[in-house]
Amino acid sequence: MIPEYSHFSLVLALCLSVLLAVLPLYGALRGDRQLMLTARSLATGQFVFALVSFIGLTWSFAVDDFSVITVAQNSNSLLPMHFKLSAVWGNHEGSILLWILIHASWTLAVAMFSRQLPVDILARVLSIMGMIGVGFILFSLLTSNPFERLFPNVPQDGNDLNPLLQDIGLIIHPPLLYIGYVGFSVAFAFAIAALSTGQLDSAWARWTRPWTNVAWSFLTLGIALGSWWAYYELGWGGWWFWDPVENASFMPWLAGTALIHSLAVTEKRGVFKGWTVLLAITTFSLSLLGTFLVRSGVLTSVHAFASDPERGFFILMFLCAVIGGSLTLYALRVPTVKSQVRFSYLSREFLLLLNNVVLVVAMLTVLLGTLFPLLMDALGQGRYSVGPPYFNTLFVPLMALLFALMGLGPRARWKSSTKQQLFKPLLSAAVACTVVALLSPFMLPGEYHLAVALGILLSAWITVTAFMHLHTAIYSKSESRLKLQRIRASHIGMLLGHVGLAITALGVVLTSHYSSEQDLRMQLGDSVTTGVNGQYTISYVNDGEERVDNYLAQYVLFELSKDGKVLNTLRPEKRRYLAQQNVMTEAAIDAGLSRDVYVALGEKLDADAWAVRVHYKAFVRLIWLGALLMGAGGIVAVLDKRYRRVRSARSAMSPTFDGTAQSAG
Amino acid sequence: MQRLKLFLPLLIFALLAALLFGRLGEDPEYLPSALIDKAMPEFALPELYEPTRIVTRDDLLGEPGLLNVWASWCFACRVEHPFLTKIAREYGVPLYGLNYKNETDEAQNWLQEFGNPYRLHIVDRSGRLGIDLGVAGAPETFVFDHLGRIRHRHIGIVDEKVWAETLEPLLQQLRSEQ
Amino acid sequence: MHPQRKQRLQIIVFVLIAVAIAAGLLLYALRENINLFYPPADIAAGKVAVGQQIRAGGMVREGSVERSEQNLQVRFVVTDYAADLVVNYDGILPDMFAENAGVVVAGKLTENGEFEASEVLAKHDENYMPPEVAEALEQSGGSSEAEY
Repeated sequence: MIPEYSHFSLVLALCLSVLLAVLPLYGALRGDRQLMLTARSLATGQFVFALVSFIGLTWSFAVDDFSVITVAQNSNSLLPMHFKLSAVWGNHEGSILLWILIHASWTLAVAMFSRQLPVDILARVLSIMGMIGVGFILFSLLTSNPFERLFPNVPQDGNDLNPLLQDIGLIIHPPLLYIGYVGFSVAFAFAIAALSTGQLDSAWARWTRPWTNVAWSFLTLGIALGSWWAYYELGWGGWWFWDPVENASFMPWLAGTALIHSLAVTEKRGVFKGWTVLLAITTFSLSLLGTFLVRSGVLTSVHAFASDPERGFFILMFLCAVIGGSLTLYALRVPTVKSQVRFSYLSREFLLLLNNVVLVVAMLTVLLGTLFPLLMDALGQGRYSVGPPYFNTLFVPLMALLFALMGLGPRARWKSSTKQQLFKPLLSAAVACTVVALLSPFMLPGEYHLAVALGILLSAWITVTAFMHLHTAIYSKSESRLKLQRIRASHIGMLLGHVGLAITALGVVLTSHYSSEQDLRMQLGDSVTTGVNGQYTISYVNDGEERVDNYLAQYVLFELSKDGKVLNTLRPEKRRYLAQQNVMTEAAIDAGLSRDVYVALGEKLDADAWAVRVHYKAFVRLIWLGALLMGAGGIVAVLDKRYRRVRSARSAMSPTFDGTAQSAG
Repeated sequence: MQRLKLFLPLLIFALLAALLFGRLGEDPEYLPSALIDKAMPEFALPELYEPTRIVTRDDLLGEPGLLNVWASWCFACRVEHPFLTKIAREYGVPLYGLNYKNETDEAQNWLQEFGNPYRLHIVDRSGRLGIDLGVAGAPETFVFDHLGRIRHRHIGIVDEKVWAETLEPLLQQLRSEQ
Repeated sequence: MHPQRKQRLQIIVFVLIAVAIAAGLLLYALRENINLFYPPADIAAGKVAVGQQIRAGGMVREGSVERSEQNLQVRFVVTDYAADLVVNYDGILPDMFAENAGVVVAGKLTENGEFEASEVLAKHDENYMPPEVAEALEQSGGSSEAEY
């Protein structure tokens, strides 16, 4: 009966989210304080029932209840327990349920941590979150019910979880990604609430910022984890494929990055309000579009583990309602009165505007590249595919421009800076970075690449200017010394974010120039050298077969040595999963900060020879290390005193609860 | 005038939605069979339980019926199986199986476990007949008439809805044509 | 002109220039880096120029896979049952590559009418066939009987 109870619990969550979508909003329109205050308890109720439902499905997976179709299709009695639990979201139905749970959690978090908000604003925000909840719960119940049973022929055993998904990376990647995606619904709800009341002001931007930062951090970590997973699990040694599903998560990231910067300007200077609102809508819309592209079967890709036109139709309708509705509201309600605030070209406002333009253009190129095959097919022009070279051609110059601006932005003052103020201190930094950048490729083994020098230049530039910014912020002129107590969390957050990006960029540049790859035939006793100067030797020392849990592994043992000294034994595998007889490649990696040595097996060529893929990946870890720093930066920035101070000030004055009368009038 | 340009994002989205919507209509997995209203391709393949017996197209003629493409490795086949059993046993629909790219013993074990409502099983181990029929995967179900012409192709699971809305009316019509 | 107006105008001009540059780059990148799918029948019919980057696909003909003894060179025939295409590839084939299974190859046609693949993609499981391959087979479906 557990699946039936869980199903019922999801229906109850739906009822509560319908109430949440209607009551507080109605209350806000009528000025009825009691109705507005229902929002908090409704949000709690929605969360509790979504949680019960999710635990119910997890239970069915844990106890191998194969009468539930989702369990039968995606689990197997041989599966180890931790994979049974992660199989809950390793499939379409379960991942939508996870989405619902995460959305309910965000809604609850907004209800809990926004006590300083005027009650009518909070009521509107939570109502909008409720509407989104209604959409997703309906989607689950109508098209992707995870609790459907398979009677009377209950299978003896399940179909098994796709072996690609039987991995630690996939246990944590989807939740992180979804926390990011869904988190942007908070920024979206704030934007719509502000549009509907017409109160687009600094206070609105300040309320939105912490939520957006947290969502962005999780999305950053989710994308990085996905990239890491693809690197070691797909067996191709690549870390980014410009696959439509990767693009689907990258587009909201680009728009979200633009949003967090634009929110800063709106909070501090009260300008770009309309633009910021549009970005908030766009970011969440792209999150929804990503879901649509992945779930509808419009694109087929490695990741699209479920696709169904009926589901696609539902999500598209939902998309039209949410995006179409919000953009209409935007067009009708966004204030057209120009703000009186003026700023010059050398102001921080203007530089942040440029940053936004570059990020949005980058987002649009990804969107075009992803949808181009659909467009050509719709126009009857044949079946095209757009490859990584397209994206790389466009991204390299765009990112170079962005990085150059990133150095200027934090140094510029609000409103206007003179050339003196802006460029003079930076000149020496620029010269120093250039010298270091031009010289450092000589230190690296291999030939001199100008592109590497340029990459180092930009990374160094970002890093140095980020630290200079911190220095300026904490330097006390009156005492002519650094005052460490002036360091604020937001400074550290920005520093981490920018330096993180610099490290990622450095990793990308270095790994694409100093890595090497060879595919070759090897048998017992063979060895091959790899590395920039061929300093690493990999020798085939043994092979064998082993039965583990739910698969049969054929493996080869390689000895990795450098200058005659054995460093490590690598064991790449070819796994045959027993339930479906799927074959999977399991790469073996000797990881290090400056390089990975990556060995994967191809096919068995004859009785004693294997096709072997050997990669030398220079500095590839920097890519994910940088992303980790960026994610941390977003979170640290939220800890800034500013957001807490506002809260205590507001609750002390307590005019928040009187806000109702105004907006009703 | 100021307002009008604010509708630009909405317009862009409308175009995008139209594209996605059009694309959804022609789902990439949907493949209308090139064989509709044409004769079923010729074949001569063994029967599952009598490997020496060679089944040909002529064995299926005389009465409209269903040809169901299935395999023991196909999970969805397990889902549609109870319903196929029902229509074969209770409504007497002539149901033929095309055992697609399957090991014979695995297929037999599968039928042992779930029951065998099929009149005949054509064993297509290489998938050759499947290719001639344009089969993209299992399960698929073809409706043919008494002359052996293919009249409809259904991709995916046969359930109540598919039966009531498509297959049953079509079979009725084919019987009346007979 | 009012200074604020002037500033707005300058911003607009700047944005337009940036967009124009981006659009130019975009078209360039698109033209260079997209490739169209062709079934073997179209290639046999001479619709593809030698050296043009394309993708092709169909079924791997049974018994056609030949491997080199020394290295990873492999040669196989991709067919849509209307025409055959000989494919040469140097590298590791994907896990799901098999005879009588659907495959998509990316690369270019050489002078001798064979295909030099830089990438080989196989379907992910039995239930899935690349849509292009399914369509290609579908279109040539009528002529496949000619083989008997």
